[in-house]
Amino acid sequence: MRAYTAIFIARLKMLLQYRAAAWAGAGTQLFFGAALVAMRQAFYHSGHAIPPLPEAQMVTYSWLTQAFFALSPFTANPDPEVRAMMRDGTVAYELARPLDLYTLWFTRNAANRVAPTILRSLPIFVIGMAFLGMQPPPSLAAFFAFLPALAGAVGLVAAWCTLITISLLWTISGDGIARITPGLVAVLSGQILPLALMPDSLKPLLNFLPFTGMVDAPFSLWVGSRDASELSGILLHQLAWTMFFVLIGRLLLAKGLRRLVVHGG
Amino acid sequence: MPQIIVANLVKHFTVAEGGFLRRQSRTVKALDGISLAIEPGEVVGYIGPNGAGKSTTVKILSGILVPDSGTVTVSGRIPWRERQAHVARIGVVFGQRSQLWWDLPVAESFMLLREIYAVPEKQHAETQAELVEKLDIGSFLTTPVRQLSLGQRMRCELAASLLHRPEILFLDEPTIGLDAISKLAVREFIGRLAREQGVTVLLTTHDMDDIEALCSRVLVIGGGKILLDGPLEALRQQVTKERWLVIETHGQPPLPPPGGGVEILKVEGERITLRFDPEKTPVAELIAQLSKSIPIRDLFVQNPPIEEIIARFYGTRP
Repeated sequence: MRAYTAIFIARLKMLLQYRAAAWAGAGTQLFFGAALVAMRQAFYHSGHAIPPLPEAQMVTYSWLTQAFFALSPFTANPDPEVRAMMRDGTVAYELARPLDLYTLWFTRNAANRVAPTILRSLPIFVIGMAFLGMQPPPSLAAFFAFLPALAGAVGLVAAWCTLITISLLWTISGDGIARITPGLVAVLSGQILPLALMPDSLKPLLNFLPFTGMVDAPFSLWVGSRDASELSGILLHQLAWTMFFVLIGRLLLAKGLRRLVVHGG
Repeated sequence: MPQIIVANLVKHFTVAEGGFLRRQSRTVKALDGISLAIEPGEVVGYIGPNGAGKSTTVKILSGILVPDSGTVTVSGRIPWRERQAHVARIGVVFGQRSQLWWDLPVAESFMLLREIYAVPEKQHAETQAELVEKLDIGSFLTTPVRQLSLGQRMRCELAASLLHRPEILFLDEPTIGLDAISKLAVREFIGRLAREQGVTVLLTTHDMDDIEALCSRVLVIGGGKILLDGPLEALRQQVTKERWLVIETHGQPPLPPPGGGVEILKVEGERITLRFDPEKTPVAELIAQLSKSIPIRDLFVQNPPIEEIIARFYGTRP
């Protein structure tokens, strides 16, 4: 366990070096966030029906998706390092370590999501709360429900990203999967639109799928559109899917390693 | 009891060959029934042309690849079945790839390796101090790996592979791309490691000087099969018994007429290299004969260089 913790911290440290990227990221998120909020508000103000998510909650939710943008697996290339290693064969060194490869890749994916989130979220929270209508959770209970759900989301996202990383053992380039999954995940997780605003007929399906646990569930707890009492159900849902992805990932990895070939010296 | 036992090892690769609607591929036999045994403390050179199966063997022995058939035990373990336990006891260096963290200073890579191999702090400090001294890497321990020269990096790679005090070291082209001085440093270090600490070393290389300097035994592989297994001298004997005679003369005299199995290989100014078969022409007789016709300043007899031997070894095979 100590080894994985050390690797997690080392990666975190390394990724935290990229401060310019973080500032640029925060800037992008602020710009897109502002555009998104303005657009959604235009819809809210022009319609006559009462939206299922109150405007203030929608605004806060929108800013949360921007603050935690780096956490959601919107990226096509969750672990660029493993991808590069697959291409040049350095992946051989990963196997020459007395480490469990799945846990190693999971650890790295978790660090890859968490580090940029730490850097990007802070300025958005500060500016969003001060000037852009972002609101704190309605109650302390909501806030303390949000935290474990966020941790659950990190685990779920890391397991999902690890699964995508493992698929590289078959595709090597990963470009195909890279183009399909982010769009899917972005829509189904509530990153693009709060799931509360989706058609009611889709909701059973969306609530069953794993993706709601990545974005919509923790943010709904923050804004209060889901009550803190729903936390245990959310955590169970996240945990079940995380375990499912871990299981599938481990099976695929074991299978992939049997057919691994390292060409060219 | 050999430390490494390999029997009938076979590994195939599928190589894609294009194809429009249906994928076409061809199967390449990288290893075609390899058997070998290595005793503890041996330094074995593993040579063969590109694509002969050297690296594949090393990667199977180090638990990275799974063979199609055949058996391997290293220190009593099957590498790919008990990978984690196995790799904790071995060290690997792949000359063409880096095991150090690109963005981190060397010392931090070493710290991470200590955690990964769960080396006790005291032992780690001792081993690291020893390696830093022997490999002379102390002056750039705090430099990020990306800023090291290849020679500096390779010495750090060697240190990294030895921090956990492995019993066996697999070196895949450790001197590739290095300048002469770095090569010598790496070679001397590996030699001492085997002599003083009894580490078993399996070394693949294209640099025949590596083999000549380090290895008491060579394995020659070609087409996925072991073609020869024995001391370097046995390989020489099998390919050719010829010797080379190098003469340095005064001025540039007319060259002696070739004959009696003697052949002029090259003339570089005052330096003439002759090839002869000592069984047909004893060396004393040849020298006596030559000293009559040309003014000899200096002379020495040597074995043909190992490159020549290997090239001819492959040349004589179908």
